[in-house]
Amino acid sequence: MSDAAATLKSLPPSGGFSGSPFALWAKANLFPNWWSTVVTLVLAYLILKFGFGVLSWAFFNAVWTVENQDTEVCRQLKGVGACWALITEKYRFILFGTYPFQQHWRPTLVIGIFLALYGVSTVRSLWNYRLGVIWVAGLLSIGVLMWGGVFGLSYVEQERWGGLPITLMLATFGIALAFPLGILLALGRRSDMPAIKAICVAYIELIRGVPLISLLFMASVMLPLFLPEGLTIDKLLRAQVAIILFAGAYLAEVIRGGLQAIPKGQYEAADALGLSYWKKTGFIILPQALKIVIPPLVNTFIGMFKDTSLVVIIGIYDLLGAAKISTIEPAWRGFSVEAYVFVSIIYFVFCFAMSKYSQKVEVELSRSHKR
Amino acid sequence: MSATAPAAASRPMIELLNVNKWYGEFHVLRDINLTVERGQKIVVCGPSGSGKSTMIRCINRLEEHQQGQIIVEGVELTGDLRNIDAVRREVGMVFQQFNLFPHLTVLENLTLAPIWVRKMPKKEAEEMAMHYLKRVRIPEQALKYPGQLSGGQQQRVAIARSLCMKPKIMLFDEPTSALDPEMVKEVLDVMVELAREGMTMICVTHEMGFARAVADSVIFMDKGEIVESAPPTQFFANPKSDRTKLFLSQILGH
Repeated sequence: MSDAAATLKSLPPSGGFSGSPFALWAKANLFPNWWSTVVTLVLAYLILKFGFGVLSWAFFNAVWTVENQDTEVCRQLKGVGACWALITEKYRFILFGTYPFQQHWRPTLVIGIFLALYGVSTVRSLWNYRLGVIWVAGLLSIGVLMWGGVFGLSYVEQERWGGLPITLMLATFGIALAFPLGILLALGRRSDMPAIKAICVAYIELIRGVPLISLLFMASVMLPLFLPEGLTIDKLLRAQVAIILFAGAYLAEVIRGGLQAIPKGQYEAADALGLSYWKKTGFIILPQALKIVIPPLVNTFIGMFKDTSLVVIIGIYDLLGAAKISTIEPAWRGFSVEAYVFVSIIYFVFCFAMSKYSQKVEVELSRSHKR
Repeated sequence: MSATAPAAASRPMIELLNVNKWYGEFHVLRDINLTVERGQKIVVCGPSGSGKSTMIRCINRLEEHQQGQIIVEGVELTGDLRNIDAVRREVGMVFQQFNLFPHLTVLENLTLAPIWVRKMPKKEAEEMAMHYLKRVRIPEQALKYPGQLSGGQQQRVAIARSLCMKPKIMLFDEPTSALDPEMVKEVLDVMVELAREGMTMICVTHEMGFARAVADSVIFMDKGEIVESAPPTQFFANPKSDRTKLFLSQILGH
């Protein structure tokens, strides 16, 4: 490319192209010779055709509302225009599942509380006991809102919960509890004590070696068989535990990578100062190790967030599960693409926010630690 | 030997009795006998791989010895973690690679151990840290991160960090070997000052000027053995062993 640009500069300016910087850029980068020109034109054709196709399906030819669930107009436009009427009709079902319709303000508020908790968690000046207090208060009010049965709220059994609150609960508790578990497992795997090391290695290898789906099945089908008569554990809680145990094993290996990157001298300096194992680990080793592994850590968090959708196989209707169910009625059958696009956008917003926030933290930390 | 026995004034600060250590098959320390009295300054030199770093790292149990006894301030180093902690509280160490904590400021590097090991109130620890930073002549760097300082400044911070634990003994493991030549003097000056104030010191170093200026005794090690031990005047003017002569001709030859 730079050769082509150099040639270009040495040539006399040609025709109407000269002058405009964009024209010069385009000539140097898009049309420097005949085969680049061909590639540019072919790609431009494909992009325009595909792009226009998407736009006309999603916007120009889309059906936004229908009367009385009469989807005939949608069916006629199938493949040509999107049937967003599904979303305008069913968005409440997709977001909240079978939660009683009159009570939808409760899960709405729950989603709001979750978002507020994520928001305050990014405020550095609150990174102390206050954040803990805020989270406990937030989670308590989430529990009260979802279950009800107190303060004049009607009781809603857990089987009727669904949609986005389920996804956020599984992901939030999953990440919040799997993270410390992963740290302990990673430390244990590097321990000098043979028994602890063996237990951690066995746990990590065992859990990593099986699919999450099989763990969820075990939690939902097998676990109740082993429990004494009469004792039942909430299905959602069992799925939650399976997710935490599973993610903990993955996070352990990510964190171990960071621990291995810390120079031996850091351990020795901490030892020489007389710091105990836990103080050395907490003040010296982990802060540096976790900083190194922020990218793969967030990678795992994002993966976990999306993996929560697997709970649909044990009959918990999270966001994705509810979207799937929403097209089950005859009137809406065949419009699952629209439902999936809708929930994909929601998943994307959360995952992209995590990714952006982690980049910001990385930049801030490298600024304060280095220069 | 009980950890709680009061260190009698007559006892030496550090005693190594017939210490042996192996790395697998490699016999790295052979029958080391060394006694360091209160206030003594010992300089240890020798070719690389002679076991000199390993020897001083055994004194605060960064390395384990397999045979013999190491007694520091009346406490014998064994597998007992309480004894190890007791010894480490009294022994400061300065490393070749500084080993400052890069994610903490200079001030935090200095106050971390006093606050969490000595249980000192934060404010008091900070005042003490500033006192020692003044002594190593870099109080103005207190709020910077180690990565922002030169090598010589980092090593002086490392010395101050050790001093903040009020150690009775300081171990120096080649403190100037990783420094650019123009920074060696600023570190040595601090060490000479410390020596003059009566600190008990063991320094692994090839800075023979430093040895002449402050050492009570210079030890030459080779192949895991203490080959020669003598006051500096005698050591340099009149080395007894051929190995010492060869080594001295190599490092003083140019």
